[in-house]
Amino acid sequence: MVADSPAETLRTLPGDDVRAILWRYADRYDLQMLVQSARGVARGTVARLVAEGERLSHDWTERKNTLLKAYDDAGLTGAFMDPEQGGYIAGPKNFVHALIVFELSWVDAGAATGAMAGDLALAPIHERGTKEQRDFYMSHACPKPGEKTWRGAFALTEPLPYVGVETGLLNGKVRVAEWKEGQEPMLQVDKRGRFITNMGYANFVTAAVETADPKIKSSCMIILHEDDPGIWDRGTPTKKLVHQLSSTTDPVLSLKVPASRIIGGYTIKDGVIIPNFDHGQVIEAVFRRTRVTVGLMTAAKLLSAVEPVIRYQRGRFRGGESAQPGSPRYDLGLQTKEDVLHRLTDIWATGEAAASLGFYTARLFDEIDPLERQRDASFRERKLTGRAAMKETQRLEALAMAGKEANDPLVQFVKLDALGNVFCPATKLWNTGHGANTMREAVSLMGGYGITEDCPGFLGHKWMDAQLEATYEGPEAVQRRQLSITMTNELFLAQFKDWIPGMRTIASTHPGTGACTVATAMQMWLWTLRHLQEAKDADGAKLYTSNRQGVTFPLADALCWILAARQFILDVLELEKKGPENPTVAEGLAGTLQFYMDLCHVQSARAAGEVGRICAELTFGYNRHPAWSSEACNACYLSDDLDALEGLIPGIASSARAYTDVTEPGQEHPAKAGPCVCFENYEAFTKMRMRMDGCLTGARLAKDRAAESLQKVMIPEALDYPL
Amino acid sequence: MSYQIVVCGSIVPDPLQTLEPVSGPTGPSLKNEMMLPSVLDPWAWHALFEAAHLAKNVAGSKVYLVSVAPKAKLQQVMMTVGQKAPFELIVVDGPSSGFTDAAEIAPLLAEAIKGIPGLDMSKLLVFGGWESASRGAGSTMQIVGELLGITNQFQGVDKLTVGADGSFEILERIEGGKHQVSKCAGAPVVLGWATGSLPEPPNNPQIGMQNMRAIMPALQKAKPAKVATDAVKYASVALPKQQRQTKIVKDLPADEIAKEIVAWING
Repeated sequence: MVADSPAETLRTLPGDDVRAILWRYADRYDLQMLVQSARGVARGTVARLVAEGERLSHDWTERKNTLLKAYDDAGLTGAFMDPEQGGYIAGPKNFVHALIVFELSWVDAGAATGAMAGDLALAPIHERGTKEQRDFYMSHACPKPGEKTWRGAFALTEPLPYVGVETGLLNGKVRVAEWKEGQEPMLQVDKRGRFITNMGYANFVTAAVETADPKIKSSCMIILHEDDPGIWDRGTPTKKLVHQLSSTTDPVLSLKVPASRIIGGYTIKDGVIIPNFDHGQVIEAVFRRTRVTVGLMTAAKLLSAVEPVIRYQRGRFRGGESAQPGSPRYDLGLQTKEDVLHRLTDIWATGEAAASLGFYTARLFDEIDPLERQRDASFRERKLTGRAAMKETQRLEALAMAGKEANDPLVQFVKLDALGNVFCPATKLWNTGHGANTMREAVSLMGGYGITEDCPGFLGHKWMDAQLEATYEGPEAVQRRQLSITMTNELFLAQFKDWIPGMRTIASTHPGTGACTVATAMQMWLWTLRHLQEAKDADGAKLYTSNRQGVTFPLADALCWILAARQFILDVLELEKKGPENPTVAEGLAGTLQFYMDLCHVQSARAAGEVGRICAELTFGYNRHPAWSSEACNACYLSDDLDALEGLIPGIASSARAYTDVTEPGQEHPAKAGPCVCFENYEAFTKMRMRMDGCLTGARLAKDRAAESLQKVMIPEALDYPL
Repeated sequence: MSYQIVVCGSIVPDPLQTLEPVSGPTGPSLKNEMMLPSVLDPWAWHALFEAAHLAKNVAGSKVYLVSVAPKAKLQQVMMTVGQKAPFELIVVDGPSSGFTDAAEIAPLLAEAIKGIPGLDMSKLLVFGGWESASRGAGSTMQIVGELLGITNQFQGVDKLTVGADGSFEILERIEGGKHQVSKCAGAPVVLGWATGSLPEPPNNPQIGMQNMRAIMPALQKAKPAKVATDAVKYASVALPKQQRQTKIVKDLPADEIAKEIVAWING
């Protein structure tokens, strides 16, 4: 089975030091401590609750409620707050969230959702709230000894018909209840929520509502308290099949609140309340960050599956008469079979690529955050709103495209923002969508055990949970839709184009990573996009249009494969660079690197395969296949003619069949759909396709090597969380 | 009265890991030991909890953690330990392997303790594990005490009570599940802790951040220590013959579990 085996294979499962280098927090001890804290909760409190069947109830039970204290004690709740608000980590928190969510989801993503839902409620206030609102709610939500910790819920989705349809449509309403001369207006808010996380215990809600009053100009997000006058009905628990360690209900809220609760504040003009931000502006700022962490939930599941699957595979026949100690059947169990090793390699590679993509995106938003605030401040100062703001953004984008004023923070912002607008939906879409499919593979590798509650690593639960992660905070179609727009931004495409030679350069020094394969896939994707933007289908209709989701959505999928494979390669190169500096990583680094590069190669080949398939379908699929017209039939050779020519031109009878259509005796035309398609005008594509197929050379050897590592890698005696 | 509480504690491989002895040019070691995750030696953990608790209750007291360990591994462990209680870390960059003899490690610990600025023997309480999860020779703390000239030594300690006059009442484990109660006038003492009687302190990230500001520089400036590896010769090392066979059975009554254990003991 094993060909071209290296001397070194992976010795142990990658530890924290390896991960910290890969995901770039090796120099941040605050984050390393946070990881340990989150892990303690995940593999302690959370794992015990799952093992003891607490997921079997939809209700928010007393035992589930112990999670909140565990989050508080471990510092997970306070991690979102700035030090002046009672927190302990300064600066942007996207990466902080990403690490917490990853650790909790290693055991149970429902717990991660619950831990993060409070931050989701605070996020509108954090991103768009007034200073007073930020200071008040962030500090009240930060656990402090002897004080009650405020818990929030984010209420956007509503019962049918609007649930999950579009965030722009709302049934929840706000109207003026009372407005006395010289006093602050009091507003009546009516909101029915659906699938609202944290609602079982929330003290406040940040709700999206539409205006139902001419005295309020637009929709807004507004803060509701449990002790506001009116109805605060937490609603019935949602009968979720998944994520049962988070509280989800369908609340009914009808409350009177002061207008100062409008998130981001308001102005009054001609007797009309004008919210400074409509609800769309608020949630856009929120979701583009929180969706990244959801993508990381599925990545964590995939990587968490590796150890239990290996243990199951190796121990599969132990205890049976046919497997005596010392025999391969006893020592390796199912791992004597190539298939299980190859499938686990695919799972591991997907998990790593998903993690690389997700953590990069989280770090990217940490870079974007301060620049975005500078942009907002600058626009506010210059009173740039609406069309004027758009024009200024276009000017900045033009500067970025031209490579001018690269040190201007506003130019830096638009450049990174163009990436963020692609990487966020890409992470959410690919990690959860493809991740859920891959999780099914992981479950299948555990046999019947995989779909029991006792499955080590709770893999069955995780498979089901992955489906929710693919759905909530914007299902796959929403992410594809967003990508279909943002991935055509010329500023993004210019950066994407620049990455292609970068990948080739990496390939020249690291041919075993599959970087060349990724570069060719990138070229093909870019060619296909440009082609589809210009081309028309057989009926003369444009191909790349917003309603033509059969074109735009698959192309978005293809891009995600590329981005994930590329990020994975970049992370592994970082490990190669920094690994030798850390003695705990340096020992065995050769084997670790070889294994990771092989995983990259496997993932790159798989990505290129997907890109090639999608691009070929889209490039050729909208042309009508040539039919057997009389003209086409006339262009065919007749079999009898070829036989006659054989005497004059030896070999023509056989070679002609390879290059053109030949009509056999008694046929009107060859027995097939029509004349073979002529690739005129598609030479560039077909050349690339052929080149990319060639680029797959060595990918299966890499898979064999990775599989060998899976056979040899040392794993712990037992899982570090209960079953 | 305040105390200077010095906890001696090193790291051991995470007990869930597969520990496989191998022989190398420098003697026996564990396979892939540097790559395996480590934890603070559980015996030293208990000593640290007790020290933190005592320091919290006796104003002006300070806890030091003195550790002989590979500093890269120790740094990893500090990410967890550092969040539990305020302490100052003193690092000696050396081996933490179970194949290093107590007689080689104890002088390093004693020297590190003597080097603590402002060390006051009249306030000194030296804590540590009675045993160690990596070796369990049970002699390191005794030697450290001797080298420091501390003759009041107690091993297998489960409880320390400080009297109003500053005297100590100490519960030491003896055979038959009983404790021996000893009284001591006060510092300096060496206490080799068994499991103690206090729970693990809750995590406190604020303390962690505070500790880390000093821990990271301490790790960076830690000097490598020479350990005379030829003091002890190992003829051979092997896994224990009786290997753990984990069996997971849910909801089994205690009587059934007891019967199974008896049957196993009887062979």
